[in-house]
Amino acid sequence: MSNWLEITNLESIPVLGSRVVETDSIKIAIFRGKDDSIFAIKDECPHKQGPLSQGIMHGDSVTCPLHNWKISLVSGEALGVDEGCTNVYESKVEDGKVFLKLS
Amino acid sequence: MTQDSKSNAKQNLILVGNGMAGMRTIEEILKLEPEKFNITVFGDEPYGNYNRIMLSPVLANEKTIDEIMLNDDDWYKENNIQFEKGKKITEIHRTRKEVIAEDGTAHPYDKLLIATGSTSFMLPLPGVDKYGVIGFRDIKDVDTMIEAAEHYKKAVVIGGGLLGLEAANGLMKQGMEVTVVHIMDTLMERQLDAPAAKMLQKSLEEKGMNFLMDHQTEEILGDERVTGIKFTDGTTLDTDLLVMAVGIKPNIDLAASAGIHCERGIVVSDTMQTFDPNIYSVGECVQHRGVTYGLVAPLFEQAKVAANHLVELGYARYEGTITSTMLKVTGIDLFSAGDFHGDDDTEELLFHDVASGIYKKLIIRDNIIVGTCLYGDTIDGTWYFQMMKDETNISDFRSTILFGQAHLGDAGHGDETRVAAMADDAEICGCNGVTKCEIVDAITEKKLFTLDEVRAHTKASASCGSCTGLVESLLAHTLGGDYSQAPSKQSMCGCTELTHDEVRDAIRKHGLKNHEEVRRTLAWKTDDGCAVCRQATNYYLLCEYPEYNDPESRFINERAHGNIQKDGSYSVVPRMFGGMCTPQDLRAIADVADKFKVPEMKVTGGQRIDMFGIQKEDLPEMWKDLSEAGFVSGHAYGKAMRTCKTCVGDTWCRMGTQDSTGLGIKLEELTWGSWMPHKYKLAVSGCPRNCAEATIKDFGVVCVDSGYELHVGGNGGIKVRVTDFLTKVDTEEEVLEFAGAFAQFYREDAHYLERTAPWIERVGLDKIKAAVLDDEENRKKLYERFLISQKPAQIDPWKKHAEGVDAHQFKNIKITVEA
Repeated sequence: MSNWLEITNLESIPVLGSRVVETDSIKIAIFRGKDDSIFAIKDECPHKQGPLSQGIMHGDSVTCPLHNWKISLVSGEALGVDEGCTNVYESKVEDGKVFLKLS
Repeated sequence: MTQDSKSNAKQNLILVGNGMAGMRTIEEILKLEPEKFNITVFGDEPYGNYNRIMLSPVLANEKTIDEIMLNDDDWYKENNIQFEKGKKITEIHRTRKEVIAEDGTAHPYDKLLIATGSTSFMLPLPGVDKYGVIGFRDIKDVDTMIEAAEHYKKAVVIGGGLLGLEAANGLMKQGMEVTVVHIMDTLMERQLDAPAAKMLQKSLEEKGMNFLMDHQTEEILGDERVTGIKFTDGTTLDTDLLVMAVGIKPNIDLAASAGIHCERGIVVSDTMQTFDPNIYSVGECVQHRGVTYGLVAPLFEQAKVAANHLVELGYARYEGTITSTMLKVTGIDLFSAGDFHGDDDTEELLFHDVASGIYKKLIIRDNIIVGTCLYGDTIDGTWYFQMMKDETNISDFRSTILFGQAHLGDAGHGDETRVAAMADDAEICGCNGVTKCEIVDAITEKKLFTLDEVRAHTKASASCGSCTGLVESLLAHTLGGDYSQAPSKQSMCGCTELTHDEVRDAIRKHGLKNHEEVRRTLAWKTDDGCAVCRQATNYYLLCEYPEYNDPESRFINERAHGNIQKDGSYSVVPRMFGGMCTPQDLRAIADVADKFKVPEMKVTGGQRIDMFGIQKEDLPEMWKDLSEAGFVSGHAYGKAMRTCKTCVGDTWCRMGTQDSTGLGIKLEELTWGSWMPHKYKLAVSGCPRNCAEATIKDFGVVCVDSGYELHVGGNGGIKVRVTDFLTKVDTEEEVLEFAGAFAQFYREDAHYLERTAPWIERVGLDKIKAAVLDDEENRKKLYERFLISQKPAQIDPWKKHAEGVDAHQFKNIKITVEA
């Protein structure tokens, strides 16, 4: 399970936007920052499981669309005074392709 | 020894005065640039920074010293701040840029912040140096009072102002017999008029406080310790403790001796800078635009501004604070602000009910509140105060304004608004289920001062906002004396200090074309902004440039053209113009519902059909089918024009006066698809019986025999508001022109997320009449601009997406993971 999986082309993810990667068991949101950095996070807000992929991205965090919690895309932790944490995954970009590690 | 400030090395920042103002500034600096300075704090009190507002509750045995500490010793350590506790600074060497402590040590600074505060003004009476004669300003004074209460019986407080009465109340709670001596014949004459002062005095007398009004003290009697005082009329009064609470005086000696320009206080500019460019000053020692402040409220704004300049951001300005007063005595509700006496040019609105102990007075100049004085029922104090600061024109509701905001239709709370009397488990915030007790605990335990802080920590008032007045009252009641009112100038979000209006003006003035230009030109603190400013800025940009769109700066509903539900599914609402439909329409919707196995359907209040539980990936296919059947998006998800509700009209109804359905369809055809600051609804009723509820819509038409009445600014939302009557017109063409012009004026003038109802209450109906009704030429221009923005807006987003635009967002990337 610790292999890099090729997911998609970088260009298929809008800047400051996201795509959802779906496996049999889990949904992962892949975000693309302004500098083409890539973040992968479980598509569930630690608050009430809102789909983070549908939120607004800024810097290296995202605002959940359901109740406006701000979640760090680096650590998966809620920012500000809210408390909670969701999973993040390793990701990388090589030759314009996005890779993900699901371990 | 001074470090080279040009190098990367940290600069030295020295703060003299370890009180709330100085420390708040340090906290603001740490928020902005934690690594900029080596910070050293000198405080001559042997404590950390404590909440001075809370001294009265400590004296009244309601709080302990520990409970009112804001920054304890650990806090200074954690933030790498060198804290010189109990070390007094005696000298500032401005040429060498050093401060000298009383032990002779010199400490170099690059920037110096003076926050030496104020001391009680002690009347220069013979005997003022006797034991037992004190002021009421710091923990030491409180300790002296508590100690005196253990050994002695009688206390006198000179001064019937806010501080004097709080001291007297506290001493009474400590078990002493207290007499308040006041030189005037009414209490708190700088905050209250005579009737309110009399009511206050009566309540305090009922609590056991004694008063000697109209008495001037001449001499303090006793040998080493005070035993009594003598008045100018020759009479005397025995006492064991004398508290002077006649006023405060800014501590300027240190600054003045260093040659920094001082008058009554240390004179600062709008950037909180003194006449020495390396020295800033904040708090009660400061004189700004000729004003010194003896309250805590202004320091929050001052601290922000000083920090902004100390870290060299350099754009914030302090423009003074309009302060209000509340007395922190349990069981006494009192609020005052501004000019509560009035003059020849002002009018007075008065409500005085002696039996229930309620007194409300508003001073009005040209229909703008300039002062208020409330006693007994103060829940609307914050509302009046906000309108006073906003200079809101109250002509539309001046006949009911004294009955309060609840009377204007705050259906959620009504009479149960006296927070002090509410039970601990009473729910304050209905949206997030937050009780009074939870809010009060958060305020005291987490040491919160502002509405924003309470919102962040408790979520109270953070959703719909209808309980904001209650939360502000709770803040006031919990913090007492002077808590920090919401600043008169509300910035858009944490990314900028600018207000909605300022951002919008800048977009227009500088012709800013996109998000990046806005953030760069206006020096945003964050690279990408945040969810709040991105959505607002996106709206302001698309209002200026109708073709503009940045999907990633829109809320998901407007990106996916559906309403996100709590399980992450979406709802789909096709538009049914004027609520009219045919059997084919209904059949097409039924077919779509069957095909996509829609779990639930509902007929909405907006006269159309809602399909729930749609997965995002199914949306484009569903839209394709609906689009082929002739439907367009209903925009039930957007900050946009939603529906136009209609009644049957004269086609069928025996009461109908006009073709209300026909007109409703025309109005919806005109306005559908337009993006608005908030949701926007229309209705047309065919007669004054008003079956389409046109008088609680953003734009409502009531048909009458002779024409059409136009109503604006209503809503049935959190706070029901009935429309204001705009005008009556004769023809359908005029209705359409007014509808477009009003919508466009709202689009161009209101803040993002402000519905027409609060917008009209904020700017006043007169402004809307002036723009839309009185000035025909302007109305035609507004209408024309509306039609121009409608061109791109009426390209159906559903059809566009069904044809493949932005397809990626609806399609998940499916992968299989081998075990």
